[in-house]
Parts: sequence; structure tokens; C-alpha cells
Amino acid sequence: MSSETKQILTTDGIPLEVSLKKAEKKNKIKAFLLVAPLLLFLIITYVFPIGEMFSRSIDDKMITNMLPKTFKEMEKWDGQELPPEEVFTAFYYDFKVLVEKQEHGKLGQRLNKEKNGFNSITKKLFRQVKRNKIDESISIKEQIMKVHKRWRDVEYWQAIKRTAPPYTMAKYLKGMDMYYAADGSITQVEEDRRIHRILWLRTLEIAFFVTLFCFLMGYPIAHLLATLPMKYSNLLMICVLLPFWTSLLVRTASWMILLQQQGVVNDFFVMIGLVADDNRPEMMYNKVGTYVAMTQILLPFMVLPLYSVMKTISPSLMRAGKSLGGTPFVAFWKVYFPLTIPGIGAGCLLVFILAIGYYITPALVGGASGTLISNQIAFHMKQTLDWSFASAMGLMLLSGVLVIYWIYNKLVGVDNIKLG
Amino acid sequence: MALPSYTETRYRIWHYIYIAICTFVFFFLIAPLFVIFPLSFNAEEFLVFSEGMKNLDPDAFSLRWYKDMIYGTKNPWGLAAKNSFIIAIFATIGSIILGTLAALGLSSRHMPYKGIIMATLISPMIVPLIISGVAIFFFMAKVGLAATHAGIVLAHIILGTPFVVITVTATLSGFDHSVTRAAASLGSNPVNTFMKVTLPLILPGVISGGLFAFVTSFDEVVVVLFLAGLENTTIPIQMWTGLREQLSPTILAVATCLIILSTLILISAELLRRRSERLRGINR
Repeated sequence: MSSETKQILTTDGIPLEVSLKKAEKKNKIKAFLLVAPLLLFLIITYVFPIGEMFSRSIDDKMITNMLPKTFKEMEKWDGQELPPEEVFTAFYYDFKVLVEKQEHGKLGQRLNKEKNGFNSITKKLFRQVKRNKIDESISIKEQIMKVHKRWRDVEYWQAIKRTAPPYTMAKYLKGMDMYYAADGSITQVEEDRRIHRILWLRTLEIAFFVTLFCFLMGYPIAHLLATLPMKYSNLLMICVLLPFWTSLLVRTASWMILLQQQGVVNDFFVMIGLVADDNRPEMMYNKVGTYVAMTQILLPFMVLPLYSVMKTISPSLMRAGKSLGGTPFVAFWKVYFPLTIPGIGAGCLLVFILAIGYYITPALVGGASGTLISNQIAFHMKQTLDWSFASAMGLMLLSGVLVIYWIYNKLVGVDNIKLG
Repeated sequence: MALPSYTETRYRIWHYIYIAICTFVFFFLIAPLFVIFPLSFNAEEFLVFSEGMKNLDPDAFSLRWYKDMIYGTKNPWGLAAKNSFIIAIFATIGSIILGTLAALGLSSRHMPYKGIIMATLISPMIVPLIISGVAIFFFMAKVGLAATHAGIVLAHIILGTPFVVITVTATLSGFDHSVTRAAASLGSNPVNTFMKVTLPLILPGVISGGLFAFVTSFDEVVVVLFLAGLENTTIPIQMWTGLREQLSPTILAVATCLIILSTLILISAELLRRRSERLRGINR
């Protein structure tokens, strides 16, 4: 039989199997060509630049290129005692080149990040070199050591040696409030200076609670929307969709007006006698503002997936549960709730992903205690211009988001995201 | 949601609590938008309801902030609105073309590596905007497109395409492929088939994806903050600076206009969704 099937030929004499495979391949290429423009566009303008963020975050080539001779000589130095004459000489010639290019300041700043005190001693050395005070015919080591006592300190030379590799994880350690100690081991920053860890924890905390609030508020109204007759639910759906389509900044602005000290919410609290008129609570520029505004802004992203799942649950299931002797609560908990779990998963993951990277709203209503990790990234991009640190923090955040995205993709499937 | 007459008291109470919770949540969702309307007609400079407004005194209301928005000296809103519309329109066209093509490919059952490609195409929607902003800024700075309209349009195409891909693949999932085969068997070439048969059927999905892309671009501030120079200022950028520095009622006038715009977009999106469902024969 098998030999017979193999001999089936198409009209042009090619075996059918080959011809089919060819057609299949052609279809594959056709489909791929349709996707190719967008895929290429995204890879060039988006995926590669994210990769570039990574190389930027670990890049430490600047100093490697500044002191090439020094690092070459340092390879032979064991790093225990003061380096030999050759290292000093190599360092001197490297430094002379930097002085000519007027880049010695950059070197001082970079080394100062490694160990405090480098800035002033490189400046001192610069003055000596500039005035040609260093005699190249006698021991350069002796002369450099005379410039400042720190040049006689082996710890400073160890610090230079540590900067030799062209790549460093220092930015990532800094993002977790850690650093390389003098002996190269990873050490924690003193307790009162651990600002980044507080920010990470706060970001997680706010994202978690915003997701929780969105769930607690979104579940009942999604249920109501799914069970009401169409003509009423369509009307109420507008209450969910209008905020969804409205500008984020408009919604944030309205919360700024509502939550200010003389604002409507405080007026209302005074009116019902909850707070005294002269003792209005500060509800903005702190965590409260961030929670309230973010919950309202992200609520539609919880309601829409829940609604689309609840819509598919037949009301007769609840009736069946009740008719079999369950109280309404039991019927809800044992029948209805388990069926909505896919929707809960989708909504919670979506809201959490969006909340963890939020920037605009916390920056406007969050004040100092309500800002998140995104605000820190923006701060380093725009204010301190430490782009490699911003990149490192961004990628740490991104890796967290991608893990959740991956879970979301496994559980829900990205092609099942519902919009509107 | 009328309760049957035999409902026990405790479930009756629970039902009313449930209704109360829902009312509160709906109020929480929609009410903040309506604070903006009356305050934008405030005759005074403060962002609180004045005594006159509370007593509905006609003198307490005025159009001065709308006048300021349109005629104000040195006001940035005219330029910002022009830029916003230009950028959003080009970004929408770009997103629709690239996104629809990709969705057509992804909906083909022959598409290899569908999962990973879909995940990549959707990723700009999932990756936090601040990270997208940093990455896109590095790219645009390298190719010399930072602080240009073209750079911002490209950035917004990146952010807008996922929405088009999602809505168009959703429309295509209910698409009856036999109609394209019928067209082919009647002698139509693929381009003609697409223009005359496929496109009219998926058009509602394409347009609603386009609306998403438009709104995304029109409302986008994080990436533009990195990319825009003084000439490329947009409405969101102006609102952002305004909200950070000094909350003036002019912003509320702009915000009111934006709410009206979003209401119009919402209505068109809803009409499109219903039309699309009708075309695909889904009855709800």
C-alpha cells in the first residue's frame, strides 16, 4: 500500500507529497512576510534598544580605555602591597595623556565613585603634571607618592585595579543598595541609606494593594453588569468605558482637585462632621493620593476581563445550585466563583503589571512618600543623567514584569486580551 | 434585579448592600470626571467651588478660561493641539498599516512560531512605559530623530500597533475564510480579494484598533517627555507641566474639551463594536 501512495503524482509529474510540502512552505512564507514589516520595525526600534540598555547598564569601558597601560602592568601586581615602580610609571604616562585630552576630571569622578577621596588627589597630581614638576628620569613612584599621602595608600591602588574589567555589575548592586567593598566582596549599604530597597518594596506594596482594591471594587460591578438586562447594563457600561477612554492626565487632574485640602472630598468630610474644618487631612502628595487615584484609573482594566468571563456563565447554573439545596451564598461560592477565576487571574495580572510600572499619577499626586521605582528611573534619566543606572533599574523592573507577563501568557494567552 | 417575593430577610439585606456597593463603585468611577466641568467655568482663579458657585450665582460662572485657552497671550495650547493631532494622525495611520498586515499574517494557520511572535508584538503594551521611553529615547538619539515629529510618530507607532494587532486578530478569529477562497475561485487576485472582500468585513476591527492607537498617541506623555523638544510640545506635555507647576483653571478648560473628545471616541468605538458583532453574526 505504502509504495502505491508514494506514487501518486500531480499533473505536472511531481509526487503529491512534495507538491503539498511546497505549497505548505509557500503559505508559511506568505504568512511570515505579512508579519515581517512590523516585526522588523519593532526589533530595530524597540527590542534592540532594550538590549542596548543592558550593555549600557554594565558598561565600564570608559575607565578601561583611559588607563590602558596601567591595567596592563597591574596584571602582574598581586594587589597585596604597594604596586611596583612599573605600575606607577604606566599610570603616570596614562595620566599625562588624559591631561593633554583634558579628561583627567572624568577619571577623578569615576574613581571617586569607587573610593572617596580620589577627586582631590587626582586634582593634586594634575597640577604637578601640568607644571611639569615630575622628572621622568628619576623614580616616578617616589614622586607620585610625595604628591599626597593617599597615593601611598595601597587601598587606593586596589580601587584602581578593581575598575579594570570593562564590565561591572555595580549599577545593579547599587539598585539593591549594595556595593563592592575594598576587598571586592559584595556589601550592604548602611541601614539608613537603603533608599532603593524601600522604593522596590513600596512599588510592590502599592501595586499589590491597588490590585486588591481593584478586585474588591471591580468584582461586584462586573457581576452586576453581567447579570443585568442588556438595556441597563449598556448604560452602566459607559461608567466603566468613559474613564477608560479619558486621558490619564485629565483623570489625575480631577483627583488633584478632589483631594486637595480645600477640595470636594475634604468639604464633604467637614460637612458630615468627620473632620474639623481647621484640621483638614492631607490626602494628596502621599500614599493615600496614589492609592485612590491609581485604583480609579486602573479599575476598568479589572472590570473588562471579569465582565467578559462572567458574561459566559449561564445563570441557570446558579439556579441549579440553589435548587439542589445550596443557600445563595453556598451556590455563589461553590458554583459561580470558581467559574470566574480565569477572569480574576486575567484582571489581577493586568492591573498588577500596569501598576508596577506606573509613573505619571504617582509623580503628580504621590509626593515624596508615594513615588515608585519608575519615578526614580525618570529622575536618573532627567536629573542626575546617570543613564547606566537608570538602565539597570529599568531592566530590573522589566525582568519582574516579564515574569508576570510570561505567567499571564501561560494562563490567559496574550491573544485573549479583551479591549472594550 | 427585582427580588422574588419569597426572599428571606437576610438575603434581602445583603442584596441592598450589594446594590449600595455597586452604586458607590460606579460613582467612584465616573464622578471625578464631572468635577472638572463646573470648575472650568469658574469666574475666579482658584480651583475650589466658590460661595457664588454653590449658590448658583450666574456671576460666579464665566468662559474666561476657555477664552484664555484659545486667545491667551503666549499660550502653548494652540501649538500643542496642532502637534498632538498631527502626531496622532500619522501614528494611527502607521499603526493601522503595520498592525493590520501583521494581524493578517498571525491569523493564518500556517504562521510559524505564532506564540512567541505574538508575545513580541504585544510587548510594548505590557512593558512599563518608562522603560519603553528610555529604550526608544536611546534609539532616537542614536539615529538623530530625538526632538523631531518623525521620532515621536515612530515611537507612537511602536506603542499603538499592539492595540491594532489585538483588535484585528479578534475580528479575524470569527472570519469565515471560505469567502476569500470563493473570491479566488472566481478569478480575483489576492490584493483585489483583500480590498473587496476581507477589508470591508474586518473594517470595524481595524477602525476600533485605530481609535485605540489614536487615543494612545494623543494621551501619551512618558515617552514624549523623553523625546520632545520645545517645538514638539503636545497637549499631554502641556498638561503635565501645568499640573506639576501651577494648577490653573485653563487646564480644566482643556480637560473638559478632552473629556468631550473621549466621549465622542467612546460612542464611535461602541457603535463599531456592535456593527462588527453584527457583521460576524455574533448575537448577544
